[in-house]
Amino acid sequence: MFSLDQWQEILQAIQANKVRTFATAFGVFWGILMLILLLGAGQGLQNGVQQNMLLDAINSIWIIPARTSMAYQGMPAGREHAFIEEDIESVGENVPGIDLMSPENQLEGEFDVRYRNRATSFPVFGADSDYFGIKVSQKIINGRSINQLDDEQRRKVCIIGEQAAAIIFEDGVDPVGEYLQIKDVNFRIVGVFSFESSAMDQAQRIYIPFSTFQGIFNTDRDVTLFAVTTAEGRSGKQLESDILKFLKQRQSVHPDDNGAYWVHNQEEQHRNVANLFLAIKIFIWLVGLGTLTAGIVGVSNIMIIIVKERTREIGVRKALGAKPASVVGMILQESVFITTVAGYSGLVLGVLLLEGMNKALGVLGGDLRFFNRPEIDLRVALAALVVLIVAGALAGFVPALKAARVKPAEALRNE
Amino acid sequence: MGNQSLHVLRGIDLGVESGELVSIMGASGSGKSTLLNIIGILDHQDEGSYTLDGRQISMISETEAAELRNRHIGFIFQSFNLLGFKNAAENVALPLYYQGVRRRKRNAIAVKYLEMVGLADRADHVPSEMSGGERQRVAIARALIAEPSIILADEPTGALDSQTSSEVMQILKNLNDDGKTILIVTHEADIAAQTKRVIYMRDGKIVEDRADPTHVQP
Repeated sequence: MFSLDQWQEILQAIQANKVRTFATAFGVFWGILMLILLLGAGQGLQNGVQQNMLLDAINSIWIIPARTSMAYQGMPAGREHAFIEEDIESVGENVPGIDLMSPENQLEGEFDVRYRNRATSFPVFGADSDYFGIKVSQKIINGRSINQLDDEQRRKVCIIGEQAAAIIFEDGVDPVGEYLQIKDVNFRIVGVFSFESSAMDQAQRIYIPFSTFQGIFNTDRDVTLFAVTTAEGRSGKQLESDILKFLKQRQSVHPDDNGAYWVHNQEEQHRNVANLFLAIKIFIWLVGLGTLTAGIVGVSNIMIIIVKERTREIGVRKALGAKPASVVGMILQESVFITTVAGYSGLVLGVLLLEGMNKALGVLGGDLRFFNRPEIDLRVALAALVVLIVAGALAGFVPALKAARVKPAEALRNE
Repeated sequence: MGNQSLHVLRGIDLGVESGELVSIMGASGSGKSTLLNIIGILDHQDEGSYTLDGRQISMISETEAAELRNRHIGFIFQSFNLLGFKNAAENVALPLYYQGVRRRKRNAIAVKYLEMVGLADRADHVPSEMSGGERQRVAIARALIAEPSIILADEPTGALDSQTSSEVMQILKNLNDDGKTILIVTHEADIAAQTKRVIYMRDGKIVEDRADPTHVQP
């Protein structure tokens, strides 16, 4: 049915009707072009928002103690209840469902960060090696991260943000291996990280191992906050309430006191954002497929007209020995051919436009909030191609059946 | 025929032997074209039987009908029915396309048949570049290319002037001399007079069947 000869027959018919073919093709071309541009724009929106929303490990929960809001066990409301190291350790030991866990402390007071003779001022934090698995928006770009050995051996090492590195070091100096002096203690730089968000100045931070931090700067053993990630298959919501229940009991906080901790459960936020994107994606696909459907219906309509116009030709072909399958094949193949070629052109043009947009954004250095790297998944593009071929077949289906039903005797009746 | 149960033909009993040159005459609406369509398996009878080359033609599938038309029957129409976007050779070669003959081969064969009807030099022309007589000769070549045993011609000279009419008739008569069975539907007495047997139809019936062409009534 799909022989080279039949192709030549179809190409000849198409060549004989360039305007008609173009009109048919344009609807599908436009539909696919719109679908690709919409999908690309949607992806750009997603990339942009994700970059700006500071999404850490998608399932992270951050917990900071606040003042109590209810009196409990003889203690008044408004009590402060800072964490101490044992609180954190005991959460880790007693609450199930935690994957990664790390405390975070910030160095307070007036202090300099010195490199040789120059003094600068950057925020200094202590955190466990797990911390860098939780805060995935921080990426090591040079050297290494803080690891478990650093924790265990209380090594005097640090990693610094790329902005801090750029300010402290002159061009051409590799910060890794250099020493920074923080409150008169020397720390060897083992890595530089970038922060994957344009929104915050966290790329100026300096991190040292938590154990080192506590040992040198914070002998009170208190902890500002801690973060956990939810183990695979566990609910972040459930983990949050388990941890709070445990902490309330441990810190003698009223079980119903909802203001005693400030909790940032990223899983929920991430799910909301993910749902938002899912909704946007569905919307884009609906609009795109709607446009495409309009194109397909257009092709189908025009193919029906083509069949009507070619009734006599089809009658002649049947009289000369065209079998019904051959007639159906001819119309279907023409339809699939037109939609595929037109759709593929739309696909290519769409991808080129997106690439151009990407280049233009790059050249202009445009840092558009909420829009970045419009792009299209190769798999989506391939899926679109399959959709096209199916669409072409669908579009040709009704006209082909109409063609097959042409009665040669009636088609050939002298007028 | 068709959806309305309109009986165009009522009780036809006709036998045509191989090698005959028959004309079917009658006023418009007499059923002569319908009879030709049934003979050509373009249409099918509601009742009765039709035997072609010893084969019963009833309740056969469209695919089988297409096969039979392709191999056994050559059609010639009043309005030629050439495909406008194909040149003469491609038009002639069309029946061989449906036999699966390769393009190069069938176009070469087509040129031979165009030679037979005296149009070898027009092989590359599309129908709109040809005169009516030339177009009908192309159509005749197309009817012949599959080497059918029967040629069915529906008013083959209806759209031609008398000069080209007689040329076309001469070709048909020569074909008959070579042994082809030819049925011609016509309402022109002088065309019928050139055949060897004339069948008159009126109101879907055969009213006269004469093997003596010299007494044709206009």
